[in-house]
Amino acid sequence: MPKVTIDGQTIEAPEGTTILEAARMIGGPIVPPAMCYYSKLKTTGGYCRTCIVNVTKGSEKDPRPMPKPVPSCRQTIMDGMEVQGITSPDLLEARAGVVEFLLINHPLDCPICDQAGECDLQDLSYNHGKEKSRYEFPRRTFDMVDIGDKIKLHMNRCILCYRCVKVAEQLCPGRVHGVISRGDVSEISTYIQNAVDNEMSGNVIDVCPVGALTDKTFRFKSRVWFTKPMDAHRNCDKCCGRVALWLVGEDVFRVTGRKDKYGELEDAPDGRQGWICNECRFEKKSKSDWVIEGPRQIARQSVISQNHYEQLKQLKIDISRQKLLLEKAHN
Amino acid sequence: MAKKILLKNDHIPGIQSYDVYRANGGYASVEKALKSMTPETVLEEVKKSGLRGRGGAGFPTGMKWGFLAKPPGVARYLVCNADESEPGTFKDRYLMERIPHLLVEGMITSSFALGAETSYIYIRGEYYYILRILEKAIEEAYANGWLGKNILGTGFSHDVYMHIGAGAYICGEETALLESLEGKRGNPRIKPPFPAVAGLYGCPTVVNNVETIAAVVPIINDGGEAYAAIGIGKSTGTKLISASGHINKPGVYEIELGVPVEEFIYSDEYCGGMRNGKKLKAVVAGGSSVPILPADLILKTAKGEPRLMSYESLGDGGFVSGTMLGSGGFIVMDEDTSIVKNLYTFTRFYHHESCGQCSPCREGTGWMEKIMHKILDGHGTLNDIDLLWDIQSKIEGKTICPLGEAAAWPVAAAIRHFRSEFENYVKNPSSIRDVKHYFRVNNLEPALN
Repeated sequence: MPKVTIDGQTIEAPEGTTILEAARMIGGPIVPPAMCYYSKLKTTGGYCRTCIVNVTKGSEKDPRPMPKPVPSCRQTIMDGMEVQGITSPDLLEARAGVVEFLLINHPLDCPICDQAGECDLQDLSYNHGKEKSRYEFPRRTFDMVDIGDKIKLHMNRCILCYRCVKVAEQLCPGRVHGVISRGDVSEISTYIQNAVDNEMSGNVIDVCPVGALTDKTFRFKSRVWFTKPMDAHRNCDKCCGRVALWLVGEDVFRVTGRKDKYGELEDAPDGRQGWICNECRFEKKSKSDWVIEGPRQIARQSVISQNHYEQLKQLKIDISRQKLLLEKAHN
Repeated sequence: MAKKILLKNDHIPGIQSYDVYRANGGYASVEKALKSMTPETVLEEVKKSGLRGRGGAGFPTGMKWGFLAKPPGVARYLVCNADESEPGTFKDRYLMERIPHLLVEGMITSSFALGAETSYIYIRGEYYYILRILEKAIEEAYANGWLGKNILGTGFSHDVYMHIGAGAYICGEETALLESLEGKRGNPRIKPPFPAVAGLYGCPTVVNNVETIAAVVPIINDGGEAYAAIGIGKSTGTKLISASGHINKPGVYEIELGVPVEEFIYSDEYCGGMRNGKKLKAVVAGGSSVPILPADLILKTAKGEPRLMSYESLGDGGFVSGTMLGSGGFIVMDEDTSIVKNLYTFTRFYHHESCGQCSPCREGTGWMEKIMHKILDGHGTLNDIDLLWDIQSKIEGKTICPLGEAAAWPVAAAIRHFRSEFENYVKNPSSIRDVKHYFRVNNLEPALN
């Protein structure tokens, strides 16, 4: 198996693994951010350019460095390859540039956006962006569009990651969803505002890294961090039936797939993919429809985990550990 | 006397038609290749000739052909890139308009070398009338047995199809061209895989420029070594240059690579000197996307040697003091030209033509255009010049296809060599009052507030 070194950490990975996947195997801060890559969908990646890395050594056979930064989500590893991500200041600067480009036409309306709190772009701009934009011109705007009666398309927020296009291509038969126009006015669209009429179409909401595609049954109901996520399942003949319920009190406000730490849907233990059907997503809005498994684990850094009881114990341990460290330092 | 190879028979009346073309030695290369050579020996001749891609990148053609994967039982394709959209370049148009059979002949010979039974000519939408010229030529070739099944009784069959684009600059990028040819949205593909492995319909494909394919004809007729003897160093053969701008005789010139730039601009054989006796200010040597060079650097390299029209000499000094031969769109500007206005036109073009797939190009090209618009409007600041520099550096090399670089290089070069002019524009907004007029007469969008 080829061996690759990413930011000084070496790992062996199967032939054909991309740099990004290898980095995810290592885990930790070296994992490049990805806005358009989605491991569960084919042919995604390569568009947003946030995951670029420098390849300082091509392979054992051909040790020349690659002349330009490469998208780690598309570049497969070679034996002896050496990759620089966060250890290269030039690359971090380039990545900050990409984040700035993604944000110049983004409305930054997080205070009224349903995605706020679970938005990949928000996380990305906190981690890799600059505090201030140098863009001073009017942003491009589009009208909001309904794609069917359950999905809202807010094109202003879109960063054209093409993930929803791939969902429409690969999960929903019959091509009705794509990109029209070109350049910075290109937009996600269905042909003449057609509804995406397919029972799996709701998954475009889950794959959207920003708030461009939102659930109309949840719009403006609650901020995500006021809701309580619970793992639940039901027997569904169309999909895997494993979901996350977002509760306020006893009411189910929203149903989504279960996202892992990279924002991708988790596979079910029986190997089925984590996509959920529109019936589970939009119709089953009562607690009695579901078998509740327990509270969902949310990353501590996420705003959603604030005030959640399952985290409090961990938090206390962390605080006491910090106190110990402080005392040690003082002594 | 200028060395003419491709345009050797250009002066003959009626060369467009099959009979005249054939009477003047046309289709000899097909005869020679099919009857007395094997695909391997044709490839060998092309390798010996040192021919380099004439579309802009200058990649050795023989090497490109050598990369073509040849899995058994899988079709191979040759695609001719006639989507000539680079501003300042119009050589392919001239070639196809005047001697269409040369391209058809080159397609057959090249396809024989590659083992392709089907080839396509992807022509840009604006060249609709050339489509008819070429279709007539292909029809005549079929009628005379140069195309179709079992050509000349050798068992080699070949079909050529025309495909017309819809007028997008991006479809001149080879993978976007293939997508468009397949009937999809013309977005560049992410490489790898390269077209030589998986191109058109997933099959191994070679994409070549019109002039490259036409140059195969003299290479086979006269031999690769004879072709390699023309030119200078690794820049072998002749090149069509589309000369435009403030010169006395704009037009398409076939030059032997290695002609000094000074001779090309001032000699009566070529451009015939500057119009109205004005002074030379700057030259864009290879189509709008290559870096612009001021007069002193285009005539002499940074080391003081005279600069020649060749891949190496124009590239001497890297992008700090050099440029590229590119596609041969030679745009000459005299002392009255405003580099700032010129750059605005370029940024506007690249903004319009960005496909919108990857973020640096999609957002960055629009941003650069807006800043240029602001500077032209007299609202620019010195910070804006630095900002432009920073944006172009963040686009360059971070995009899927070379359009990002094509958009970034002109900006970088204009600021590098003509920074004082930008500063003058920013500091003296009143000196640019004519700009408002320029916008009005050209019916451009109103000024930004």
